[in-house]
Amino acid sequence: MAKLSVEVVTGERVVFQEDDVDMVVVPGADGTLGILPRHAPLISLLSLGEMRVIKGGQEQSLAVFGGFVEVAHNRVRVLADTAERAEEIDLARAEEARKRAEARLGRAQADVDLIRAEAALRRSIIRLKVGRRSRGRQPVGPQQELGNL
Amino acid sequence: MPTPREIRRRIRSVRNTAQITRAMEMVAASKMRRAQQHVLATRPYAERIRAMIGDLAAMADTEEQARYPLLARRPIQRSQIILITSDRGLAGAFNTNVIRRAIQVMNERPESLENIDIVTIGRKGRDFLTRYGRPLVASFTDVGDYPSLESIRPVVRIATDDFVAGKVDAVYVVYTRFINTLRQVPEVLQVLPIEAPPGTDEVTDYIFEPSPEAVLQALLPRFVEVQLYQALLESIASEHSARMVAMRNATDNARELVSELTLTYNKARQAQITREVTEIAAGAAALG
Repeated sequence: MAKLSVEVVTGERVVFQEDDVDMVVVPGADGTLGILPRHAPLISLLSLGEMRVIKGGQEQSLAVFGGFVEVAHNRVRVLADTAERAEEIDLARAEEARKRAEARLGRAQADVDLIRAEAALRRSIIRLKVGRRSRGRQPVGPQQELGNL
Repeated sequence: MPTPREIRRRIRSVRNTAQITRAMEMVAASKMRRAQQHVLATRPYAERIRAMIGDLAAMADTEEQARYPLLARRPIQRSQIILITSDRGLAGAFNTNVIRRAIQVMNERPESLENIDIVTIGRKGRDFLTRYGRPLVASFTDVGDYPSLESIRPVVRIATDDFVAGKVDAVYVVYTRFINTLRQVPEVLQVLPIEAPPGTDEVTDYIFEPSPEAVLQALLPRFVEVQLYQALLESIASEHSARMVAMRNATDNARELVSELTLTYNKARQAQITREVTEIAAGAAALG
């Protein structure tokens, strides 16, 4: 059975690389995309969110913030604007950022402030979600999946 | 003839200088290695973006391409030049070379000097151009030795905003390309309008989400960004290797000077001894 090879790169560095992957889930611009081996060639924009890489029942998680995904010949290439592996995320910092963004959202006056604060809030929530997931990494079963939602 | 004591003092001072230049050489060498790795790390992203743009642009004909503001080709009446230099000196001819190249480019452009906007990255370029009374649209300093992609974004914004608003019809970056430790070449690169690379035909069967147009639209600004980022990183790698070589030469020169001075010192010392002996002998002869 064919497997996927996955690569996540940003303008600054190669963030993630893994072969023999069973499935990849990325936050596509038009909704979440699940990519299995032998997927048709695809190029999609990405929104912000969690990217999951499933290999042999083990799951790895990344936070990606915008960019592109290209799928061809069982290769998944994510060209992200920013991306972080779950274990790189500083939970305390993300939590702080979330609180700051919420506070700012409360007293935002101009539209620009509002948009900025909202974006910051979304980013911090994604970081928290991805970061927390990695701290207790267990094999993923159906119930587990639901439990994490 | 300086006295032996003067020469000794001189030797000590030259030795100190050699020690400092040697230390600077080592620092530059390690920074150069990291900067080189940094350049390499950005390549996979840049290459994929470039290839995707090439394929997507090949799908659109010239007329369609004209609808993307960043691809728009207009007769060039005003242009913008982004000059990348270093913040610090003592890097041999590094800054001189890239500044000279920029001046040459400006003089060769058909549009007159008043119609060329200048943006500088790095203190040296800024200082040079302001000394010669050239106004700058913007100048950036202190990007550091390991800049993030974030740090280039303000430069990208100025370039794309001015280009899209029609304030300038082309944007060039003058930077120093890193070839190897001994060779760095100042180069000019057209950043805007984006010259779409040739397509590979591979892409035609792809599914695009939301649409090929939306993807291309999103790719183009990233390309500008990554090109400027790479130019900056290459310049930094070049700066450090130029400094390393300059400091190595300085160290070698200092050492040579020390050996020459040591020779002079020995001669002077010997001459002094000879003179003293002659004096004593002469004195003894006079008494006897």
